[in-house]
Amino acid sequence: MSLGNFALMRHELLLTGAALLILIAEIFGTQEKRRSANLFAIILFSVVTIAGFLPSPSGSLFGGMYEVDSVRLIMKNILNAGVLLILIQSVTWLKKEENHDKINEYYLLVISTLIGMDFMISAGHFVMFYLGLELATIPIAALAAYDRFNNKSAEAGIKLILISSLSSGTLLYGISMIYGTTGSLYFREIGQVFTGQSGLEVLGFILFFAGMAFKISIVPFHLWTADVYEGSPVNVTSYLSVISKGAALFIFIIILFTVFPVLVKTWNKTIYVTSILTMTIGNLFAIRQHNLKRFLAFSSISQAGYILLGVIGGSQTGMASVVYYVLVYIFSNLAAFGVVAAISNSSGKENIEDYNGLYRTNPGLSLVMMLAMFSLAGIPPVAGFFGKFFLFAAAAEKGFYLLVTIAVLNTIISLYYYLLIVKAMFINKSDSPVGRFTSDFPTKLALGLCVAGIFLTGFISIIFEAIKGISFGI
Amino acid sequence: MNILSFFVLIPLLTIAGIAAVREMRQVKIVASIGMGIQFILAAVLIFLYITARQAGSTAEMLFIRDYLWFKTFNIHYAVGVDGISVAMIGLTSVVVFAGVFASWEMEFLTKEFFISLILLATGVFGFFISIDLFTMFLFYELAVIPMYLLIGIWGSGPKEYSAMKLTLMLMGASALLLVGILGIHFNSAPNGGPLSFNILEISKTRIPMTAQRIFFPMTFVGFGVLGALFPFHTWSPDGHSSAPTAVSMLHAGVLMKLGGYGAFRVAIFLMPEAAHELSWIFLILTSISVVYGAFGAVVQKDLKYINAYSSVSHCGLVLFAILMMNQTAMNGAIIQMISHGLMTALFFALIGMLYGRTHTRMINEMGGLMKVIPFLSVAYVIAGLASLGLPGLSGFVAEMTIFVGAFQHPDVFHRVITIVAISSIVITAVYILRVIAILLLGPTTNEHFDHLTDAKWYEKVSTVTLISFVAFIGLAPFWLSSLIGGSLYPILSKILAFNPF
Repeated sequence: MSLGNFALMRHELLLTGAALLILIAEIFGTQEKRRSANLFAIILFSVVTIAGFLPSPSGSLFGGMYEVDSVRLIMKNILNAGVLLILIQSVTWLKKEENHDKINEYYLLVISTLIGMDFMISAGHFVMFYLGLELATIPIAALAAYDRFNNKSAEAGIKLILISSLSSGTLLYGISMIYGTTGSLYFREIGQVFTGQSGLEVLGFILFFAGMAFKISIVPFHLWTADVYEGSPVNVTSYLSVISKGAALFIFIIILFTVFPVLVKTWNKTIYVTSILTMTIGNLFAIRQHNLKRFLAFSSISQAGYILLGVIGGSQTGMASVVYYVLVYIFSNLAAFGVVAAISNSSGKENIEDYNGLYRTNPGLSLVMMLAMFSLAGIPPVAGFFGKFFLFAAAAEKGFYLLVTIAVLNTIISLYYYLLIVKAMFINKSDSPVGRFTSDFPTKLALGLCVAGIFLTGFISIIFEAIKGISFGI
Repeated sequence: MNILSFFVLIPLLTIAGIAAVREMRQVKIVASIGMGIQFILAAVLIFLYITARQAGSTAEMLFIRDYLWFKTFNIHYAVGVDGISVAMIGLTSVVVFAGVFASWEMEFLTKEFFISLILLATGVFGFFISIDLFTMFLFYELAVIPMYLLIGIWGSGPKEYSAMKLTLMLMGASALLLVGILGIHFNSAPNGGPLSFNILEISKTRIPMTAQRIFFPMTFVGFGVLGALFPFHTWSPDGHSSAPTAVSMLHAGVLMKLGGYGAFRVAIFLMPEAAHELSWIFLILTSISVVYGAFGAVVQKDLKYINAYSSVSHCGLVLFAILMMNQTAMNGAIIQMISHGLMTALFFALIGMLYGRTHTRMINEMGGLMKVIPFLSVAYVIAGLASLGLPGLSGFVAEMTIFVGAFQHPDVFHRVITIVAISSIVITAVYILRVIAILLLGPTTNEHFDHLTDAKWYEKVSTVTLISFVAFIGLAPFWLSSLIGGSLYPILSKILAFNPF
């Protein structure tokens, strides 16, 4: 392995280095020095994030098991940026007394899942993909149960690990069938040998799809989402809903476009149905929620449904709009979760009714929340509008007008419940509103970055065009 | 920088200015200065436009600026105006200017109110200057969404219900529009070549008939909801009656015109064949709007509901005239948009002022106001007479032109439907005169009304501005129709190429 190979694996190696440094700091750090654990971890991670943006060559390692190209790089960078935002948001929560002894555990677990996701995205071989997936999943279960004396949190951890095992099993079964029909596990080779004729190939694909659908929480494989999101600590929920889902979506489209291009007719039908189900059911259930974390869970399910519109055509534009939408979604959802976390930290309140009259006491947080809701609903001039428009345009380009119509009608349903939040904050009056409080610097910084992202990623066309420039289609 | 981009920039700067100041009084001053500049800018634009035309410029659109925005989808930030958009911009600036003064007494969350109001105006101005479907759509949604907060926070009555209903119905319409726009875009180059969102470029090609049949109804209904097309008009009475004064003014005066303008500029202009083929369905629906709206106004007791139903009727007439697809009727449609915009804004401003004094909007609780507050009462009479189409005021010119144009169609269907629509004039007279009689004439019914004060200076600014424009169009309509007429020609020549009438 030459030095150049290290450069290719930069993201994973840097993250591993960072994880080790945090581990060393945890072991040798004194009680006093632990106070700066947050600062240390965040600075370390910022360095890793920035280093990720340095120009890098494309290539493959380990005989094609590990691949890097510019699309994968940008995917990893998007994830890094999202994780950085989450880490900054978590500081307030980690500073609490009950988390004092396990601050570094949080960072270690987050970074190790991210290493797994990076390996998963860079996979060129199904075994590598599976390894990355497992590395990404198991620490998340630990994270979900981070608040271990809280029954709900422990329950969330158990639920997540059970569901993950089930989905991994399904996925592996699918992979084994693909291996049975093609005799290979390399993405490229399978893509060349696949004929799309045999039933076993289709069955293998369907099982693979089901396994991925669990991770992305596509209906009918979404049932775990709301419970896990509700039970986990807010910052872990935001991690689950943006980073974990985003990474799974990224590898999903890469595998669809490289391994299964011949099955395009089959997966178009599958995606057509699941997309409609996902957005409709996600939306209809979101209307009935009272807990904000459950609410955002169902909203994120429906968002996954819209994202599938970008996947369905299998075009280069579609891939670009999916990656772009995930970026926009990271900013919007993290802004929403940032506000939820800030309010949960200060008052412990997490229900929509608790937000009544929030604008009177906390105008800044209310405005951020409103922007986040508008961005999730796809209202101009914020980035969500551009993201949705491009997803719909990508599907319309391939002639799926009916699907686009159903999707835009769904956005109206979603607008209804997003407006309910806006209504609670701005219009409803409350006898016992959330008290006035000033957020600390990390919260402000994270929310500020999210708001900047919500505004700028939309207007600045260079971002979308850059992603488009490196995407590929079938 | 192009003069048209200032129409978006100035409101945005005004918003920034409002956000920066602290006191309530300063907020109002910044808002009125910003919208005053906008008003002057609109006058300058009209002047520049007319001079350019007189200098012999024959281009379809003037002051065009075009910046590539998203290369992948060929989305541009493209602006340009013809006589119709110039007239609409003029209307908007008048109504917004008057609206700022009509909400001078706003005391609850003043800053937020003016920010939302001017954001709405930004969307409307942006819509009228856009010639790119994407930016047009963007500005359309930008204009709709502040309505939710404006009605929900500052409204009256069942405001939360009305705000939600209005927002969801209008956004539902925009959902149809989105599909329509995508459909137009991906069919904009049937013979190969780059796809486009630019209205002028698309108008040069012929969208395949199969696509037109799907996307014309979508686009027309999408815009039609905003223009109160039956049976999608139900948001309008609820929304208007719950909204605060300035918002009702802007909404009935300008936002509903987005519907008429869009139906004309996008649906009919780009897909004339389907428009010709399917116009009969929409003609029936719009004539129902016209008559049903008028009947609705007769039975209402709340002043705002009366006016809201009257808006349904008058805006229905706009869509009705557009669907007639000939020079005279379309000319009338544009004049009707301007005329209705001004007089309905006047109406809502006056209703707001009356409500501020009497604390009721029920007509049977009022009476004899003419003796107590003569200025406002006379203004109300003028608005009423303009609405029922008295010669010398703008309503007459508009309705006359529309019905003359509509009657030019020789076939039975068009004639019958025109006669049905004309009957609305009589019904309009019924509800207008009834209101004037009960409200203003006769003895004062309530002794509390004896001590009411007449209009204050800012209310006079608001009403006089609007009345003078209503009278100006009524007395000298040729200025407006010559501004519009020249720009109608290229549009009509495309329509008539497929529609032999």
